[in-house]
Amino acid sequence: MKDNFYFFFFLSLFIWSCNSSNEPLPILSKKIIENGEIAYEKIPSFSFVNQDSNTITNQNFEHKIYVADFFFTHCPTICPIMTQQMLRIHEHFLDNDYLHILSHTIDPKRDTVLHLKHYAKNIGAFAPKWHFVTGDKDELYDIADHYYNKVVEDQNLPDGFDHSGRFILVDEEGLIRAYCNGTSEEEVSEFIEKIEQLIQENAKK
Amino acid sequence: MQKSNWLILSILFSIGIIITFYSCQEENPYKQGEILYAKYCSNCHMDDGTGLRGNIPPLANADYVRNAGPQIACIINNGMEGEVLVNGRTYNQPMAAVKRPTGDPLTEFEITNIINYINHAWGNDYGIVKLEDVRKMIESCKKD
Repeated sequence: MKDNFYFFFFLSLFIWSCNSSNEPLPILSKKIIENGEIAYEKIPSFSFVNQDSNTITNQNFEHKIYVADFFFTHCPTICPIMTQQMLRIHEHFLDNDYLHILSHTIDPKRDTVLHLKHYAKNIGAFAPKWHFVTGDKDELYDIADHYYNKVVEDQNLPDGFDHSGRFILVDEEGLIRAYCNGTSEEEVSEFIEKIEQLIQENAKK
Repeated sequence: MQKSNWLILSILFSIGIIITFYSCQEENPYKQGEILYAKYCSNCHMDDGTGLRGNIPPLANADYVRNAGPQIACIINNGMEGEVLVNGRTYNQPMAAVKRPTGDPLTEFEITNIINYINHAWGNDYGIVKLEDVRKMIESCKKD
């Protein structure tokens, strides 16, 4: 009787542990119909310029995963907190070349390459680990939509922009696998766990 | 006999009140300053006053704040541009004047409360700033 109990106890523990570790991160990209089948929308091609004046495109993230966000350096509202939280991700994965960070400015007028260079250097971030990119304003705003980030210019607001501070995790295929509120310390902690999960999933392949 | 009982009771009661009063005081002597700080300052200078590495200077354990006294009022009221040296490190990120969502400036009273909160938060012990000093300071650095 007692043996039976232990047997079932360990069996259920075994099944439970298998279940929790085998569940992959969901794909959160928009569903589309492609050739009559359901597919997921990938991050479209882009071309921006980073703090070292290098052109950054999708090719820079081939066989890599990356975290994307949208900010600007003159931002008096949520951005400093976002940068503070992104620094946690940066430090956590500093020695892992598989994960990169892509921060887009939404204020290309003031955030010139030189200005981004200073900002990045001051916080201790360097390409290719952490790219700070600028480019054509419309292209930046359009791609923000694909990363589920809302960006609208609004002169009535103290910082002149209305934008969400989401961090987005993009996998090797250009699909969104996780996101979080970049101003919430707790959400970012969970997000870091999800990044680790994706790294482990891909290591098994 | 009864009289002395009453005396002891009332002494104990007063001691209780004094202890409660002091413990409440110590917990949060700059309540309005703290609320205003959370609303207008902490986005950039952070809840713990550490700023943003390399870009936004700290207010906690900051020699600049310690030496500035009521001059901080001008920075809150007018904003700041150009280089600033804090704890041996140069920062150069413009700061906008602190304003209400309506665009109006803060009152001198509110600015005094914010400074006194900063001067005593996170282990800072930079002294109390008086309302008159803040008033004079803001008058002297008024932008036309």
